[in-house]
Amino acid sequence: MAQIITDSNGVKRYLITIFVNGDSHTLLVKGNAILTNVLRDDLNLTGTKKGCELGDCGSCTVLLDGKPVDSCMVLAVEADGREITTIEGVAANGRLDEIQQSMLNHAAVQCGYCTPGMVLSAKALLTRNPHPSEREVREAIAGNLCRCTGYVHIVEAVLAASRGEITPADHEEGEPQ
Amino acid sequence: MNNNYKVIGRSVQRIDGPDKVTGSAKYTGDLKFPNMLFGKILTSPLAHARILSIDTSEAEKLPGVKAVITHKDVPSIKYGLSPARWDENIFCSDKVRFVGDKVAAVCCVDEETCYKALKLIKVAYEELPAVLDYLHAMDEGQPLVHDDYKRNINTEIHQEFGNVEQALAASHHVRTDTFVGQRTYQSPIEPHSSISIWDGKKLTIYASTQSPHYFQHYIARQFDLAMGDVRIIKPHVGGGFGGKMEPTGLEFAGSALAKLTGRPVRMFYDRAEMFAHNRGRHAQHMEITTGVDKLGKILAVKANFIMDGGAYTSLGIASAYYAGALLPLTYEFANYKFDMFRVYTNLPACGAQRGHGAPQPKYAFESHLDNVAADLGIDPMDIRLLNARRPDTVTPNDFQVNSCKIRECLERARVISGWDEKKKNLPHGRGIGVATGSFVTGAGYSIYRTDLPHAAAVIKVNEDGTNATLYTGAADIGQGSDTILCQMAAEAMGYRYEQMKIVAADTELTPMDFGAYASRQTYMSGAAVKQAGEEVRKQLLEMASTMLSLPVDDLDCTEGIIFSKSRANKTLTFQEAARRHFVLRGPLLGRGAYTPPKLGGSFKGAAVGTSPAYSFGVQVGEVAIDEETGEISVEGIWDVHDCGKVINPRLLHGQVHGALYMGMGEASWEEVLFDDKGKIKNADLANYRMLTALDMPPVQSEVVDSHEPTGPWGVKEIGEGSTNPTLGMFSNAIFDAMGVRVNSLPLSYEKVWRALQKKRKEEAEGRRLSCGTGSAN
Repeated sequence: MAQIITDSNGVKRYLITIFVNGDSHTLLVKGNAILTNVLRDDLNLTGTKKGCELGDCGSCTVLLDGKPVDSCMVLAVEADGREITTIEGVAANGRLDEIQQSMLNHAAVQCGYCTPGMVLSAKALLTRNPHPSEREVREAIAGNLCRCTGYVHIVEAVLAASRGEITPADHEEGEPQ
Repeated sequence: MNNNYKVIGRSVQRIDGPDKVTGSAKYTGDLKFPNMLFGKILTSPLAHARILSIDTSEAEKLPGVKAVITHKDVPSIKYGLSPARWDENIFCSDKVRFVGDKVAAVCCVDEETCYKALKLIKVAYEELPAVLDYLHAMDEGQPLVHDDYKRNINTEIHQEFGNVEQALAASHHVRTDTFVGQRTYQSPIEPHSSISIWDGKKLTIYASTQSPHYFQHYIARQFDLAMGDVRIIKPHVGGGFGGKMEPTGLEFAGSALAKLTGRPVRMFYDRAEMFAHNRGRHAQHMEITTGVDKLGKILAVKANFIMDGGAYTSLGIASAYYAGALLPLTYEFANYKFDMFRVYTNLPACGAQRGHGAPQPKYAFESHLDNVAADLGIDPMDIRLLNARRPDTVTPNDFQVNSCKIRECLERARVISGWDEKKKNLPHGRGIGVATGSFVTGAGYSIYRTDLPHAAAVIKVNEDGTNATLYTGAADIGQGSDTILCQMAAEAMGYRYEQMKIVAADTELTPMDFGAYASRQTYMSGAAVKQAGEEVRKQLLEMASTMLSLPVDDLDCTEGIIFSKSRANKTLTFQEAARRHFVLRGPLLGRGAYTPPKLGGSFKGAAVGTSPAYSFGVQVGEVAIDEETGEISVEGIWDVHDCGKVINPRLLHGQVHGALYMGMGEASWEEVLFDDKGKIKNADLANYRMLTALDMPPVQSEVVDSHEPTGPWGVKEIGEGSTNPTLGMFSNAIFDAMGVRVNSLPLSYEKVWRALQKKRKEEAEGRRLSCGTGSAN
């Protein structure tokens, strides 16, 4: 249980330690602080997006102990002692993850606001199921709303990544049927 | 067709792609400034009420609250997007006109304090009867939303071209149908957000906007500033679809709060507030009458529409005109009458949503045309081919159409969808439908009256020639304009895309551009960029001519290599020549600007719908309906488009997918619902249902070979027009599957089920009647 510190107005704050993208952070948070805001405001990890704060859109998806969650539905105190991967932790040493590269190759990114959550949901899928069917890809990203793409190129990109088909973007002339 | 292009026509990687997949792309809500405050707007809980008093004293006492403002603290001049009807104030002073109308604002040290402070502002209201049903808004005795708009009429249109009554009288068959379109909301995934910062008399606003220029114009007007003292910067924008065209209370209130406190203020809408701000698709009642000859050739069309505008005008005058103006594009007919009332109601204001004004009328007309075809026993594909517009024609409302390959689109869609086979053989409960669409490639006239060019661009080649930067006011809101404009710049310069950089949509750094609306940037911003690129190329070749001692006419440049057309061994790199140019002649710059030619007729409203070019498209959809539940499964959609020369195929098809996706949402189940007090019932993304990855049907998107003679490299639009056929296509596929027509959007499972129940009941009654006669003994 996190240590509680009460200020002069009687407001309680909790001392938590979270492990974000491999780094340990010890923070003092209010009981009502949501993980999204702690990541964005306290740790400046603004790749985690806020779209609805109701758990509907999936823009704030992070991996909590490897599982994709809407970070707006997680209280920061619930994350105490746990491992979190945000979009900033997906590429390693400037090298893109296969899913990220595949999203670029397939033009699966438009406005990009759902993209971090989409990448993390796909990442979690391919970690537990390296060779998903199209249906399984669609199920895995069904909690991530995208208003731009109709999901067509996103699904293609995830499937291509699962098959290891990562080629530079520019090799394609038009739409594969 | 010239296939020697090196940069355009290729699916290059998005220029903003790496930033977006790694989370480093910054949107307005991601930005922080030292000493920044957070602001929120207090909105009305009532649809229509007189404001008796506002008491902010308790809120002001709350620790952490830095300012509370009401109408007394801000400029009182009215604003709006359409200059003909400025009817909105930063804050309401006398009365509120919808649930969500702006009353006051606070700024505080953090978000949590903002929400607490809003609750402490005491507003006393006298509730007034509200106008919630747009079909009765014009009735005698209805309350007035705005006192100076009698019968709540916001916009009234009566246009007639040719002689409709005469043509109808001469028709072989005349049919009238009525359809209803629902309110939908753009629902970009990024909520609106703005940050206002004053530096002396200069105001800088970071905004989630589709048009920095219009923001700059309207903010300057409201705060009585010179345009040059307002700087609008568009960071990455998480989608707009028409919903981020105009400044909102966020920019206005935020700027007032920032001025008062002397600190940067970040304002934001939460999801429910986005729904209340709205500016989405109007609800619309559409009666259409068509007269045809024996073969199905359209002789006359009469459209009689009423639109629910909500409490303010926004861009709604244009929406109202567009609803009728774009109807005569895909089919040729000479006689056309369009009557429209856009009415005020005490509901959120409607505006421009993808396909602006056109998708619902297109749904109505395409459904109606299939009814006509069924009356005459004509195949829906055939009646469209018979009436399809030809290139180099003029619509009855004076729109000049140059390139037009709708016939080729229909024929291709017929083949790839397996239309003829399916039309004959699809089993009971399955159906196939077709619809067409067309859209402007940019508006012929700007939103406010001005003689400014519609787009401008500057290209600056770096001193050492290793890179070039494109400066454009065009707004990439996700559609990819930054990428394709860099492709166009590189093509025009004879350079490489990989060496392009871009600075876009910052009114201080970039030349003006009207921004992302009316599907205009590839064509209009592209025309300015092409001109700028060609100016760079010309100067570069002149420099190279001196360096190589060859006539300039003998030189050309492609992919960064300057070469002699006559001597194979004479080459020079772009880089060398550009560097030399800088040393001898100073900065290597190219400039471009685009102004459309004078377009359209001279009747009232003739400007709306004019465009230098029109896209055309066809969609075919196949559905399977579960007759027990009404559940509709979309088995496939085929889209074929005439969108001119394609600059980036993958981005182009992405636009088609997205437009179709939005159209399918509107066709299937998206609808903003209100309770009997005018409050939105589903202002969240769980209850306002957008299609998920599991709901999106399989799509095949193709283009026909096309070249628009007026466009840079022959381009036309794609982004908005692809929404136009979708609703009608879905409606017609359902009609084909079950033989009954659902006359209102969305075409939900429930409505389909009810229509099937009704049909069965009628059939059963019919059988009973015939049995009764036969068995009388």
